[in-house]
Amino acid sequence: MKPFLYYRPKTVKDAIAAVASHPDARFIAGGTNLIDLMKRGIVSPEKLVDINHLPLKKIEQKGGFLRIGALALNSEVANHKTVLQKHPLLAQALHAGASGQLRNMATVGGNILQRTRCNYFYDTAFPCNKRTPGSGCGAWEGINRMHAIFGTNEKSGQDSCIAVHPSDMCVALLALDAVVLVTGQQGERRIPFGDFHRLPGDNPELDSNLLNNELILAVEIPDAPLTRHVHYLKVRDRASYAFALVSVAVALEIDQNNIKTARLTMGGVAHKPWRFPEAEKIMTGQPVSESVFQQAAEAAMQGGRALEHNAYKLKLGANAIVQALKTAVGKA
Amino acid sequence: MQEKPQGAGDPDDESLKSDQRLADRRLFLQQSIAIAGLSFAPGNFFGGSEAFAEELPLGDAEKVKLALSVNGKKHRLSIDPRVTLLNLLREQLGLTGTKKGCDFGQCGACTVHVDGQRVLSCLSFAVMQHGRKITTIEGLADGNQLHPMQEAFIKHDGFQCGYCTPGQLMSAVACVREGQAGSEDEIREYMSGNLCRCGAYPNIVNAIMEVKNNGQKV
Repeated sequence: MKPFLYYRPKTVKDAIAAVASHPDARFIAGGTNLIDLMKRGIVSPEKLVDINHLPLKKIEQKGGFLRIGALALNSEVANHKTVLQKHPLLAQALHAGASGQLRNMATVGGNILQRTRCNYFYDTAFPCNKRTPGSGCGAWEGINRMHAIFGTNEKSGQDSCIAVHPSDMCVALLALDAVVLVTGQQGERRIPFGDFHRLPGDNPELDSNLLNNELILAVEIPDAPLTRHVHYLKVRDRASYAFALVSVAVALEIDQNNIKTARLTMGGVAHKPWRFPEAEKIMTGQPVSESVFQQAAEAAMQGGRALEHNAYKLKLGANAIVQALKTAVGKA
Repeated sequence: MQEKPQGAGDPDDESLKSDQRLADRRLFLQQSIAIAGLSFAPGNFFGGSEAFAEELPLGDAEKVKLALSVNGKKHRLSIDPRVTLLNLLREQLGLTGTKKGCDFGQCGACTVHVDGQRVLSCLSFAVMQHGRKITTIEGLADGNQLHPMQEAFIKHDGFQCGYCTPGQLMSAVACVREGQAGSEDEIREYMSGNLCRCGAYPNIVNAIMEVKNNGQKV
């Protein structure tokens, strides 16, 4: 590993200044992804700004929303009373991710900013547009069973990226209409969760719309009656401690057997957590029934585009959606 | 337990040893930094960023001060920020009970407790643990009295080669403390971050179930 400077700021302002004053500085929090990447030589920052001592750990209910500090640990959020009560979907997604040890280290901010686990991104012997822009894509002609079915196009292989975002937590946060609160030298701003991550397009090296030197302060989840009929379903190669092949987050508000509100998002299928507004619309106002769920699943997967080895995700995705919806309404 | 140095009771003896280790380590780091500098320095490492030249970390000049407690013993150290908590424990403090398996956070062999919470020591820089209390497998037993989880692992044959065992034990104790050992299924889920290539899983689950059901203080 290359040498780096280490700095431990006491305030957010100090932290931002410390990163802004160096051309190759990075924030470090839990470190579970960054240290992994540094050991493999995929990233080599010259300076690390350790933000673990900043006062960003609080989880608190404000007027109309729950604010979760960026440094709250995944395990703290997953076991927090208010989260379990008001946003059980988020707790389920967090428990589905990583392992007990990693959840005790990984923070909310770090989870949002984690890099893809595409094998070709990790293997420096292969080209990767995300790691080395312009070098090509190892996955395009390689083994791409883990890769994206949404948000890719003809250009993806040569010039872009077909990797998927690996987070479970983010799939739930997208379904819950969360907002990411960030700060930087230009001050604070709020980014709706769906706009936080980006599609690879012409800049596959960028995972999100966070600007240089900006720091995530918190995630805010608006209050909503989406507590009873929710489910996070994660399908993976082994029963636990593996990244998703596909995962589904569903949240329904049901009034006398009619679906009043529907939220449907998916992980493991795109460069960012993926939402299905059309499928949500199809379910809204309809009675709770398997055929409505089937229609929604069909609509959701319609825009999917298979690569050489991941056509199974189209069928698996549709089945997982139906299964998650049935579980959410207690009819699985 | 056998790995505990014989002279552990004698503080002078032990500090002498760790001083020697630190000196060895320092020499090794100096050498490896010099070599790394030659082979991996990018073009602009020295040329393009003169403005930050005085800030560039080079060998011993950039060691960082660190104070932490390991198994109840306080340590004040000056270390290269690249040293992981795992390497600090094994190579500088001589606590080789914590194992290095994959070194990439995938196997759980390096599990230790930081402020009572189980974490992976391979995925944390030691400097990030400033002011924290670390417990390793060497700190689990009470003198010669094995921890109930250690007793249960022996009774249920919860290992073959034993390499993953320190990590399994640290995780198992945490699993019970967290209240995640209510059933065999729950144990399997919350122990999934600890891999065992010998396949002792059923016996590990039995050991944890027994400790949980006996209601012993862990």
